[in-house]
Amino acid sequence: MALNLSKKTLLDLYTTMLTIRRFEERVVREVNAGTIRGFVHSYIGEEAVAAGVCAHLDKNDRIVSHHRGHGHTIAKGADMKKMMAEIYGKKTGCCKGKGGSMHIADFSIGMLGADGIVGAGLPIASGAALAAKLEGKGSVAAVFFGDGACQEGEFHEALNLASIWKLPLLFVCENNGYGVNTSAEYSLAAKDITRMPNAYHIASRSVYGNDVEQVYHAAGRAIARLREGKGPYFLECKTYRWYKHFLSEELEDLRPAGEIESWKKNCPIATFENKLLRRKVLTPSKIRSINNKILEKVEDAHAFALESPLPEPEDALRDVYST
Amino acid sequence: MREITYDQAANEAIQEEFRRNPRTVHMSTDLPADLRQEFGADRIRVTPIAENSFAGASIGLAGSGFRTVSNLRMATFGFVALDQMMNHAAKITYMFGGQAKFPILYRMTVGAGFAGAAEHSISPYSMYMNVPGLKILLPTTPYDVKGLLKTALRENNPVVSFEHFLLGGTKGEVPEEEYLIPFGKARIRRRGRDVTVVALARMVFEALAAAEELAGEGISLEVIDPRTLVPLDRQAIIRSVKKTGRLVVVDEACQTCGAAAEILALATSDKAAFGRLKSAPARVCGLDIPIPFSEPMESFAIPNKKKIITAVRGVMAKK
Repeated sequence: MALNLSKKTLLDLYTTMLTIRRFEERVVREVNAGTIRGFVHSYIGEEAVAAGVCAHLDKNDRIVSHHRGHGHTIAKGADMKKMMAEIYGKKTGCCKGKGGSMHIADFSIGMLGADGIVGAGLPIASGAALAAKLEGKGSVAAVFFGDGACQEGEFHEALNLASIWKLPLLFVCENNGYGVNTSAEYSLAAKDITRMPNAYHIASRSVYGNDVEQVYHAAGRAIARLREGKGPYFLECKTYRWYKHFLSEELEDLRPAGEIESWKKNCPIATFENKLLRRKVLTPSKIRSINNKILEKVEDAHAFALESPLPEPEDALRDVYST
Repeated sequence: MREITYDQAANEAIQEEFRRNPRTVHMSTDLPADLRQEFGADRIRVTPIAENSFAGASIGLAGSGFRTVSNLRMATFGFVALDQMMNHAAKITYMFGGQAKFPILYRMTVGAGFAGAAEHSISPYSMYMNVPGLKILLPTTPYDVKGLLKTALRENNPVVSFEHFLLGGTKGEVPEEEYLIPFGKARIRRRGRDVTVVALARMVFEALAAAEELAGEGISLEVIDPRTLVPLDRQAIIRSVKKTGRLVVVDEACQTCGAAAEILALATSDKAAFGRLKSAPARVCGLDIPIPFSEPMESFAIPNKKKIITAVRGVMAKK
């Protein structure tokens, strides 16, 4: 793969991935300690996808995310304080504590929300892409989803709609191989996921989703096509989640232990870090300083969440309707 | 005043509001030719037959600053799009903490009585009433459908308009000049003193026919058309029940867990209204069966003037 990215781009990608990782590690720790309630789906292991795609998006581009959405939200530029407060169910959360981990949204940065129903974000994202097309300013939309969503009818409906309407929509399939504990190998008849968009005349590419440079290059070319009005594009990123479907003592992880270990050895961040060390883009001291800055931000976000007030019970009655 | 049909009035509402606001998009499986001609293919879009896809696209458009109309045609096709309407449209204003507005109008026909059989005949509005976050319209006249849809197209929330299939061709007076009808204001279709009849959708006209016939016997019905189910004009219903002391609710939808049950509950759980009741309130609803095809069975399944008259006599009878 041609490696002609600027040092700044490389460091930005590294920083975004590491920020997601540190944020998620903090969340995992708190879930395990019992201080965070509800269903929390960890993005650890898949950071290269969010970082590589969102690096090409600006504030006017819109994304739709899914239940495992913290990574996309951070990569799109959300305020981690408001995110962490939302995960804690605090009044200061980006959704005032009404959504929680699974429904983080920040419309001010074009993050149109994480959606908890598998596959349902795809039609919504086609609407966001249609909005971009009608606005005619070269903006695009991107939707993140997994191999599980590819089994839903809404996936096929959205591919069809985006194709016939030539929508500027980037389909980002984070193929982590499993829907909860059921393997895509079993549940996807097509086997090769890109055969499905191809059947709808949507151009596609499959990349190794743990290599942020591959994701970055492929997403960059795809998004440039979208901005030129060439219609939708489908990017499959093969990756893996390190944790179970969601963090819970009750939920069993039935994936082979050896498989989990081998993917952990191919950690998207450690691999990239080693590459950047070899290329002298990073040094051990630079890593320490980036890491410390990130940890400080994550701790600030965490402290903000802890210090923030819980909503009043009656706050539950607000926001059912907009005024 | 000029008379136009219900369908023409609905169309006028869309035309007027689409002229007012260029950031509006209409999506439907059928091409509305006149709208396409005036507003172009970008804004008047024909969709694949994939209801969830455009019900969902309307959410993404709305969240991106557009207003949308999604015409799902029939309520039974609307079921195909329930994921987007109920899991998403209804909830996202709330679960995202009110940070964005979702001005969406979903339209679909309801009702039975046109030999459509079970998969094209149903009145499922109470299912939607049970999912907070949607506003629900039940327009019955050309005047109302125009005024309510125009309001819906200035509303900042998802609205579902249930329009009875058999009303589309009915004619009524609609002024040339612009008007809006606020949500949550019932219309008293006929004033009366003996029995309050709250009638939904096409049953308004069956109730009015019953009122006409009973007037000859000296029984005076007050016929209330709520016009919107969410918000529901509770006060208008309670006020009338306090006056008449008798209540009959008429709805073509199946009886179980229907809107009629909710209306009975609100009237009987209001202490003042309950205290004035002279008899147990009654419901006249569709039978709890799928709508059959053959005419004698179909007519048997849904309420009519005769059934309403029987129910009125029941609530008028001495205890």
